[in-house]
Amino acid sequence: MANTGWDEFEIGAMLRSFDGKIDDIAGTLQEDRAYSPNNSFVASVADWRIEKPVFNKDYCIDCQFCWIYCPDISIIARDKKMIGIDMDHCKGCGICVEVCPTNPKSLLMFPEQAEEEAELANWPAKDEEK
Amino acid sequence: MSEMKKIKNLKEFSTSADRFEGANLLCPGCAHSIIVREILNATNDDLVLGASTGCLEVCTAVYPYTSWDASWIHIGFENSSTAVAGAESMYNALKTKGRLKQPDRNPKFVAFGGDGASYDIGFQWISGCMERNHNMMYVVLDNEVYANTGGQRSSSTPIGGSNTTSPAGTHSYGEKHNKKDMMGIMAAHNIPYTAQVAPNKWKDMVKKIQKGFATEGAVFINAVSPCTTEWKFDPKDTMALTDLSTDSLVFPLYEVIDGKEWNITYRPKNVVPVEEYLAAQGRFKHLFKDQYKHMIKEWQERVDENWAYLNRREEARV
Repeated sequence: MANTGWDEFEIGAMLRSFDGKIDDIAGTLQEDRAYSPNNSFVASVADWRIEKPVFNKDYCIDCQFCWIYCPDISIIARDKKMIGIDMDHCKGCGICVEVCPTNPKSLLMFPEQAEEEAELANWPAKDEEK
Repeated sequence: MSEMKKIKNLKEFSTSADRFEGANLLCPGCAHSIIVREILNATNDDLVLGASTGCLEVCTAVYPYTSWDASWIHIGFENSSTAVAGAESMYNALKTKGRLKQPDRNPKFVAFGGDGASYDIGFQWISGCMERNHNMMYVVLDNEVYANTGGQRSSSTPIGGSNTTSPAGTHSYGEKHNKKDMMGIMAAHNIPYTAQVAPNKWKDMVKKIQKGFATEGAVFINAVSPCTTEWKFDPKDTMALTDLSTDSLVFPLYEVIDGKEWNITYRPKNVVPVEEYLAAQGRFKHLFKDQYKHMIKEWQERVDENWAYLNRREEARV
C-alpha cells in the first residue's frame, strides 16, 4: 500500500486505521492498538518544531488542562496522571505551556536542540509577583 | 454501551482513549482538533463520521494516512451532511428489517464541516437534513474564513475583517457584510437541539454534545475555532483567543431546544470589551487606525445588541 503510486490508486479508496479487528476502540488505549501503516499515528511531524515543550513533573498538579487543550494528542495522560509528551506528534505550538496553571510552570518551551536534562536542572524558581 | 459516558471532571475525562490521531497536518495551534477531540471523547459509542472539504478534511486524510480511528467518509465540499444522513437512513432501514449484525451497538452519526462548507456551499444540504430531522449531529468548525484555500471571505466572516478577497486598505475597511446568523436559521428549522460551543469551556461543550447525542433527531452545533493562520495570532494564544471570544460575548454560548427554549449557558463574570478581542488579531489591525476607529464602537454596539436579543429570547420562551 505504501508503495502504490498515485495513479495506481483505486477510485473510492478505503484506508484501514488498524490491522485486524478492534471491537471497542473507545476502550482501547493507544499502546494496545494494532495501528496499520495507513494510520497517521505511525507518522511523525517532529520536524515541524522550532521549539519543544519540556515537562517537569515536580511541579505538575495533574490538572489535565494541557491534555484537553493539546491539538495534537501529544500529552500522554494515563490513570488521571500526566506522564509525558509524545514528541513524534508534537508540533511545538506552545498551547500546553500557556494553559499550565502552576507556579513555576511545569511545562516550558525551549529551542528544539536544547538538552532536556540541563533545562530541567535550571528550571526557573517560583515567581512571587503572580 | 449505549448509556452516557460519565465525565465529572477533567481528570476523569483524561482517561478517554482518543479516536483522533496525531501527525495530522493541521497547523500548530489549530483549534479544529481540540474541538474534534472533545466531541469524539464525549462518547464511548461507535461513531459514523463525515467531513466536508475543508481544513479538517484535507489535513486528516492525506494519502496514505488517515487520522481517524472510526468510520469516516469524505465525498465533496457540500455533502458531508447528506452522506451521514444517508448512512443514518440505511442504519434505520436495516434496524427495521432486523438485519443489523450487532443490534446492541448504538452508533452516533456526526458530520463535520467548516464555515465555508456550512454557511455557503453546503447550506441547502444541511437545511434539508435538519428539515428531514435525521438522527444525526452536524458540527460547524467556525473559523470565519475559507482557511484551507488561502483565506477568502465566507458568509461567516464578520464586518471589518481583512481577507484575501476583501482586503483592507486606504479605501476599504475589509469585509463589508456582517456574519450570517446561522444559529438563528437552524433554530428556525425547529430541530430538537441547536447549540453554540467553544473549546475553552470544555465542560459546557461536553455537556451540550452529550445532550445532542441523547437527542432523537437532528442536532446542529456551531463551534468557534480560532484560526492562527488567518486570524493572524501566535499559535500559542489559541486558547487565550477563545477565552476572549466567549468573554467579550462575540461568541455567546447558548442552546436552543425545539426552536423555542433559548438558554444562555455561559454568562462571563467580567465581560471583556470587544476592543480587546479585535486587538488580539492581525486581521482587525487596520481598525485601530484613525480612519476606521468608528468601526470598533459599532462592533461593541452590535455585540451588545445581540446579547440583549439573546436575553430577551431566553426570557420570552418563544
